[in-house]
Amino acid sequence: MNLQHLKNAVANTTLSRRTMLQGAAGLVIAFNLPTLAKGQTAAAPADGKFAPNAFIRIAPDNTVTVLSKHIEMGQGPYTGLTTIVAEELDADWSQMRADGAPADNKLYNNLAFGPIQGTGGSSAIANSFDQLRNAGASARAMLVQAAADQWKVAPGTITVSKGVVRHAASNRQATFGELATAAAKLPVPANVTLKKPEDFTLIGKEGVVKRLDSTSKANGTAQFTIDINEPNMLTVLVAHPPRFGGKVGSVDDTEARKIPGVVDVKTLSSGVAVYANGMWPAMKGREALKITWDESAAEKRGSPELLSEYRALASKKGIVAGKEGDAEGALAKASKVIEAEYVFPYLAHAPMEPLNGFITWDGEQAVAKYGCQFQTIDQGAIAKVLGINPEQVKIEMLMAGGSFGRRAQASGELVVELAEAAKAIGPGKPVKLVRTREDDIRGGYYRPMFVHRMKGAVENGKITAWSNTVVGQSFIAGSAMAGMIKDGIDPTQVEGSRELPYVVENFQCDLHTASVGIPTLWWRSVGHTHTAYAVESFIDELLVAAGKDPVAGRLELLTKDKSKRLAGVLKAVAELAQWKGPKLANGHALGVAVVESFKTYVAQIAEVSIGEGGEPRVHKVWCAVDCGVAVNPDVIRAQMEGGIGFGVGHILYADLPIDGGRVVPGNFDGYRSLRIHEMPEVEVVIVKSTEKPTGVGEPGVPPIGPAIANAMAQLGVQRPRSLPIVPAKGTV
Amino acid sequence: MPSYKLTVNGQAHDVDALPDTPLLWVLRDNLKMTGTKFGCGVAQCGACTVYMDGSPLRSCTMPVSGIGSSEITTIEGLAGKEAAAVQKAWVARDVPQCGYCQSGQVMSAISLLQTNPKPTDNDIDLAMNGNICRCATYVRIRAAIHDAAKTLEG
Ligand code: FES
Ligand code: FES
Repeated sequence: MNLQHLKNAVANTTLSRRTMLQGAAGLVIAFNLPTLAKGQTAAAPADGKFAPNAFIRIAPDNTVTVLSKHIEMGQGPYTGLTTIVAEELDADWSQMRADGAPADNKLYNNLAFGPIQGTGGSSAIANSFDQLRNAGASARAMLVQAAADQWKVAPGTITVSKGVVRHAASNRQATFGELATAAAKLPVPANVTLKKPEDFTLIGKEGVVKRLDSTSKANGTAQFTIDINEPNMLTVLVAHPPRFGGKVGSVDDTEARKIPGVVDVKTLSSGVAVYANGMWPAMKGREALKITWDESAAEKRGSPELLSEYRALASKKGIVAGKEGDAEGALAKASKVIEAEYVFPYLAHAPMEPLNGFITWDGEQAVAKYGCQFQTIDQGAIAKVLGINPEQVKIEMLMAGGSFGRRAQASGELVVELAEAAKAIGPGKPVKLVRTREDDIRGGYYRPMFVHRMKGAVENGKITAWSNTVVGQSFIAGSAMAGMIKDGIDPTQVEGSRELPYVVENFQCDLHTASVGIPTLWWRSVGHTHTAYAVESFIDELLVAAGKDPVAGRLELLTKDKSKRLAGVLKAVAELAQWKGPKLANGHALGVAVVESFKTYVAQIAEVSIGEGGEPRVHKVWCAVDCGVAVNPDVIRAQMEGGIGFGVGHILYADLPIDGGRVVPGNFDGYRSLRIHEMPEVEVVIVKSTEKPTGVGEPGVPPIGPAIANAMAQLGVQRPRSLPIVPAKGTV
Repeated sequence: MPSYKLTVNGQAHDVDALPDTPLLWVLRDNLKMTGTKFGCGVAQCGACTVYMDGSPLRSCTMPVSGIGSSEITTIEGLAGKEAAAVQKAWVARDVPQCGYCQSGQVMSAISLLQTNPKPTDNDIDLAMNGNICRCATYVRIRAAIHDAAKTLEG
C-alpha cells in the first residue's frame, strides 16, 4: 500500500487531533531516538540487558536483539532492520537476533505514517534506515565509552569490529555482552557519527547476512498465531453470512451444542461464533448451526452484473484525475484510434496462514497475540469493543504466514471479531479465533474489480494521444482514510495511470467510482495491480502500431526528468536479457514492462511460449530493480522472485467470480494458485544506487502481468484483455 | 469420545477424539505438535504433509480412526541423511519467506530424495506440485533440492 494511504487512517482510533499533528513532526525529527531523552542514563532492564533505546537489547550472553516495529510476514524486515543496526554497531552477524516490538505508537510509529504504528507501502526499510542507523551508532558509542572507562584509555583509541571492542595498544578486548552492564549506566550520547557508506561491511554486501528466520522455518519451530496453545483456551470459528451485508436473523444451535467438544455458541455482529475445545469440534459445531440470514441489505449483484454496469460507465467520461494537452481533441482528429478494454477480476489475498488471532481479557486488561500489521488501529478497535483504553490493550506481534495486504485493515475487522468473541464469552476465557481457507477466500476485502477503457492515436510513428477511463470501487471511501479522497478521486484507484512516465502530448485519465457492497482492500502493490497492466499493455500496443521496438520505443519516450530511473532499469534489464527484439529463434517471444511503485523502479522481461491448449507458458523472467541503497541484496532478490511468482499466478490463473452476491470459489481447487511447475526461472540484477533505500515487498509484482501479455502479442495471439489470462476450466 | 492409540515420531500416544477428526488436528490440538500446518483442509496445498509408514500423507483429510497401527512421522520427528541435507540446503539458500508452507515443502522434498536421490527438474515438478507456496519461493525450493541431492552424493 502507499505511504500516504495511511496518514488519515487514525480517524477511528482514539488518537486526538493534537497527537496527529505532533506525529506529523515525527517525519522531521526522525533522528530522535525514542525511550530516552538525550543525556539521560540508559536504564538497565531487570533482566540485566543493556537497552540503549527502544530498538536494541544487548544481553550479558552477548546476543544483540533488535526489536522490529514491522511485522515479519516473509518480506524480510527482521533481517533487514537487524542488518542496519548491526552495521552501525559493528556487531558480528552471528550474535544478532530479532523480535517483534510491542504496540506503542510513541516508540514504534511508522515515520512514513505519522503517529501510527503499522507496516505497509513497502516502507519498513525506508522509514527505519536513518532511525536504526542512529540507534546502532548510539549503542556502539556507549559500549566504547564503557570500555574506555574500564581500561582508562581515550575512546578514540578503541576500535570495534565483528562484535569485539578492542584497544590495540594495550592488547585488551571485550565483547558487547561483557560491557553491557557498564554501558547501561552511561548517558545516551547527544550526537553520534554514522559510518560512511564506503565503510559498510554488512549493508549491500553479498553472502554475509543470512535471514534470521530460515532455520526455525525449515524445521517447523517458527511460531505462528495458529500455533498458540494456552491453558483453558477455546478455539472459535465464526459462521459468516453467505452474502456481504447479510445479518444474523435467527439461530438454532441445538444440534451444534450436542457435538462433543463444543462449549458455547454466541452471536456476534459479524456472525455466529462457536467456541470449542479444538478446531475439529469447532468446525463440526459450526456446520451443525441452523442460521437464517437477514439478507435485506445484502449485496446481491454478481460479477456479470457489475461488469455490464462498469462497461457502461467506462463508455462515458468520469472525473478527470490527470490531464496534459487535449486528448479528446487529438483523438477526434486522429486518422485512426486504437481502442482497448481491460477487465480485472476481484482477487483474494489468500495468505498461506488464514487470518486468526488470540486474546485474553480479564475485564480490564487485554493481551492480544497475532500477526498484527496495524498496531495503532487494532489497539483502538479492540479497546472500543471491550470498553477499555487503548493503553490497556497489549499487542504481541507474531510472525505471520503471509499477508499481501490482508492483515492491514483500516476497519480492524479481524480484531473486532476477536474482541467481540472474547467479550461474548466473558472475561478470563482466552480465545483463539481461527478462520478456514473458505472463510478466507469468501470473506471479502478483495482487490477490487476494475475496468480500464483506453484510447490512443499514433500519427507518423508517434503516439499523439492517450485516454484512459478507469472504473472500480474505492476501499478508501467511507473508511477511516476517506480524507485521502481529493476532488472525488481516490488516489489508490488511479496510481500508476493518472500520470504517464512517457512523453505523450495529449493525455487524460478519468475515473468512475462504483458503489458496491463487496468489501475491498489493498492487495500487494494496490492500484498498480491493474493500472500497470493497462498502461504497460497499451503503450506496447501503440508502440507496435508506431513500428517501434518495445524497449527502444519506451526509452525514446522515457525522457521526463522523473523517468530517469525507469529508463535506467529498462536498460539494465535489456542488457541482462540480451534483448535484440521480441522474437526469439526458438519460437518463444519476449515481452517487457517497466513500472515505478512505492518509489522503487522495476523492469521485467518475460520469455513466453504458447503451450498445450493455448495456455501461455512463462519460461524465464529477467528483472532489474532500483530500490536505492540495497540493504540486503539477497532479500531483494527473494522479493523480486516472490513478487514475480505472485504476479504470474494471479495474472494467469486467479479468478474470484461472484454469482448473485455469493463468492463462487472457496478453496485452492477453485481459486487457482501458482504451483512449482508453473514458476519461471528468474534472474535479477540490482541497479547500483546511492539514493535512499526504498521497499521491495510490492514492486516486483506490477510489471510481470503486462510483460507476459506483451510477449503473447508477439506470438500472434490476441492481447489478453480480460484477466485471468487462463480462464478456469468449465467457464469458457 | 473414543480413544485411539497412535505412534507418532516413534512414541505411543493415547488420544481422545471424534472418529472423523483429521490427523492434522489430533497432532496440533491433542498432541500440541504445531510444526504441521493447516492451509486448506482439502488436500490442495500440502502444508499439512506428514509421513504415514514413511510415505507422504495429507494429514488434513486422514481421519484418526483410519490410522490404526501405522507409524506417523511429523517435521518434529525428522531424522536421517536426506532430512539433514534438505534442511541444511533450505537454510543455506534462505528459501523461506513467510515460512508457513515450508514444513510441508521440506517434508515433500525429503520424501522425494529418499526415493529419488538425483531428481531432474521434471521429477521435482511432479513431487512438489502438491505443495502451494503463496510467497512463491519455488525458484529457491528447486535450487535447494538440487543442492541437497549434491550433498547426498557425497
Ligand atoms: S491443509 Fe492439508 S493439503 Fe492443505
Ligand atoms: S513461504 Fe510463505 S507460503 Fe511459502
